Amino acid sequence: MTITKSAAVVGTDAVAEAMRQIEPDVVAAYPITPQTAIVETFATMVANGEVNTEMVNVESEHSALSACIGAAGGGARVMTCTSSQGLALMWEMLYIASGLRLPIVMPNVNRTLSAPINIHCDHSDSMGARDSGWIQLYSENSQEAYENTIQAARIAENKEVLLPAMVLLDGFIISHGTERVDFYEDEKVRNFVGEYQPPYTMLDPENPITVGAFDGLYGYFFEFKRAQEEAMKNALKVVKEVGEEFGEKFGKNYGYFETYQLEDAEVALIALGSGAGTTRAAVQQLREEGLKVGMLKLRLFRPFPAEELVKALSHVPVIGVLDRSLTFSGGPGGPVWQEIRSAFYDAENKPQIVSFAYGLGGRDFSPQQAKEAGRMLVEGNFPEGTCYLGLKEEDN
Amino acid sequence: MKLKELTHKRELLTGGHRLCAGCGASIAVRQVLLAAPEDVNIVVANPTGCLEVSTTIYPYTAWRTSYIHSAFENVASTLSGVESAYRSLHRQGKIKDDYHFIAFGGDGGTYDIGFQALSGALERGHRMLYVCYNNEAYMNTGIQRSGATSLGAWTTTSPVGSQIPGKSQNRKDLTSIVAAHGIPYVAQASISHWRDLVNKTAKALSVDGPSFINVLSPCHRGWRFPMEQTIELAKLGVQSCVWPLYEVEDGEYTLNFKAKNKKPLEEYIKNQGRFAHLMKEENREIKDKLQEHVDKEWHRLLRKCGETAEV
Repeated sequence: MTITKSAAVVGTDAVAEAMRQIEPDVVAAYPITPQTAIVETFATMVANGEVNTEMVNVESEHSALSACIGAAGGGARVMTCTSSQGLALMWEMLYIASGLRLPIVMPNVNRTLSAPINIHCDHSDSMGARDSGWIQLYSENSQEAYENTIQAARIAENKEVLLPAMVLLDGFIISHGTERVDFYEDEKVRNFVGEYQPPYTMLDPENPITVGAFDGLYGYFFEFKRAQEEAMKNALKVVKEVGEEFGEKFGKNYGYFETYQLEDAEVALIALGSGAGTTRAAVQQLREEGLKVGMLKLRLFRPFPAEELVKALSHVPVIGVLDRSLTFSGGPGGPVWQEIRSAFYDAENKPQIVSFAYGLGGRDFSPQQAKEAGRMLVEGNFPEGTCYLGLKEEDN
Repeated sequence: MKLKELTHKRELLTGGHRLCAGCGASIAVRQVLLAAPEDVNIVVANPTGCLEVSTTIYPYTAWRTSYIHSAFENVASTLSGVESAYRSLHRQGKIKDDYHFIAFGGDGGTYDIGFQALSGALERGHRMLYVCYNNEAYMNTGIQRSGATSLGAWTTTSPVGSQIPGKSQNRKDLTSIVAAHGIPYVAQASISHWRDLVNKTAKALSVDGPSFINVLSPCHRGWRFPMEQTIELAKLGVQSCVWPLYEVEDGEYTLNFKAKNKKPLEEYIKNQGRFAHLMKEENREIKDKLQEHVDKEWHRLLRKCGETAEV
C-alpha cells in the first residue's frame, strides 16, 4: 500500500505536504489570504529542518515570481504559491516565466479580484491568466490539490514541455475546508517526481549563459512564441502520460477530465474546481428523479483538451457550462463556456451550449442551484445569454 | 591595484556591444568587473534598460559571465533568486565553485520602479553587489526625468516650458536611503575616479551580505555634451561636490575625496545642454537653489563623515 497516512487536513496543509515531499531547492513566496497558511506551514517545515529548501520571504508577489525566475535560471527546482491580487501583481512575470521556459510550479488558491475587495472564491484570478503560457490544473478537493501539485512538477519539467504550471484550488472551500486526505510515502513521491535536471543553468562555470536576451533587432520573437505553443501542445500529451503513471504508482488515474453519469446523458453540466463536487451531488439527485443528466469535471484548462472534450460530449445535445468568473465581453459566457463553444465549432453534431455563472466572490453554490441548472437544460427552459445562479436579482 | 595590471585582465563585458561611444554605463561596468577576483565566477543581472538592450541582442551576448534580465522593476529580486539557488545548491553539494552576484541597474530601475525590490533584497541580506549606473534620467526610453534627476534639469518629461523651466524637485539621496538599511557596505563613486571605484568594488565583493555602489555615469545623449567629455563631466561632478565620493562601512561614513577648491556648481553645469536654461538670468533663482541644495547636502555629508571644516 502506498498510502502512509490518512489525515483530516485543510487544503493548504495538503499542498504544503506536497511541497515538503517535492522539496524544491528554492521557494520564494509572499503571504496573501487565503493562500497564507501554505507559506506559514512550509516556513515551519523549513524552520524545523524538514526540508533543505532555501526559502525567500520576499516583499511582494512580483518579487516572489521574479526571484523564482532568477532561481530557476540558476538551475534550481522552484516553487511559489499565491492567490488573487497576488497573482494579479505577478502578471508581468507570468509571461516572462513561461517565455523563458522555466518550469516553476505554483499552487494558486482561487480568490476573486477586487473591486469590491472580497477574499472569497471565484476563478477570476486564474482565468485571467489563462493566456499567460502556464499549464493550469484545477482541483476538486484537497486530495486532488495534493496530487496535482505532485504531478505538476513532473509535467512542467518534462523536456518537451518546460513550461510553468499552476495548480488551482478553490479559496476557503478547499483551502480552509477540512477533509480526509491520503498521503503517500515520501520516498515514493520523491521517486515519482525525480531529480530535476535543468537543461540550462547560469551556475555552470564552464558554460556561462545569457538568460532573457533582447529580441530587438533580428526578429526571433514570433518563432519563440510559436515554439512555446508547441510546448503547450506537448504538455497535452505529457499531462496524460504523467496522470497514467501516477495511477500505476498510486492507484488513481488522472486525465484531462472526469465524467459522471455521462454515457447515457441527454444533458450535461461542465464544472471545474470544488463546484464539480456540488454538481456531482446534484446530478445524482436528478438521476434519482429520473432525469438523464450527466457531468464532466474539467481538470486541465491549459492546455485545453478540445478534441477529447468534443469526443466525450459528442452524444449530448445540450450542455451547460458552469463558469465561476466572467469575461465582461458584453455578450454571454465565461471563459470555460467560450472555450467549449469554440471547441465544438468544427464538430459534426453541435450541441446547444448554455452559459451559467455562479459563485462569484464566494457566493454559495448549492446543490439546489446545480439541480436548477440541470432541470433548465432538460426542460429546454433557459434564458438567452448567461443564466446567473444564486444572484440576488429579485431582491433588489 | 595598478592600472597596468588591470589592463591585462580579461574583459567580462566584451567589445561589440551596442552602447553609444562615450557611454558612462559601460565604463562603470568595466571598472567594476575589473575589480572582481578572477577565480570567482560571476552572474550579472540587469533590469530593462540601455545596458540590457545593448549587450544582449539575441542571438548575441556581450557577456562572458552568466547573465539574466527578466523585467524592469525587479533586478534585485531576480538576482536574489539566483543567489538563493546558489545557496541551496551549494549547501546540497551540487555546486562547488564560488560565485559573485552583481546587478547593474540604471537610476530609473533603482531609484524609482525597482526601489521596492531593491529594499526587500537588501533587508533579506542576499550576498550580492548592486551597482547603480546613475545617469540621472530614463535614458533608454529617451531622457525622461527620474528620482535621480537634479532640480532644474531639462528632460523630455520635465521640459523647459514658459511656465516651468525644467524639473521642479530635488533628486532623492538614494545612497543614504540604502545605507539606512544597515547593510555591510554602501558607497558613492564616479567613473572619473577609477581607482576609487575599483577599490570600492573589491570591498563590496568581500563582505558577507548585500553591498551597494551608486556610480555617477554621465550620458552625453541625455545631458547634452560632446561624447568625449564623459569622464571630464563625471570629474566635475565630484569636484563641485554635486557627487561626493564616500563609503559607509557597517554604518560608519568615510569621505573619500575632498577637493582642495570646491568648484562652483556653474563649472559643472555650464557645458551640459540639460542645464543650459539655468545659465540665463531669468532662471538664476533655480540655479541658486540647486547650489544651495548641493551645499546643504555636502555639509550634511561632512558631518556624517566626521569632517569638521571645509577646505
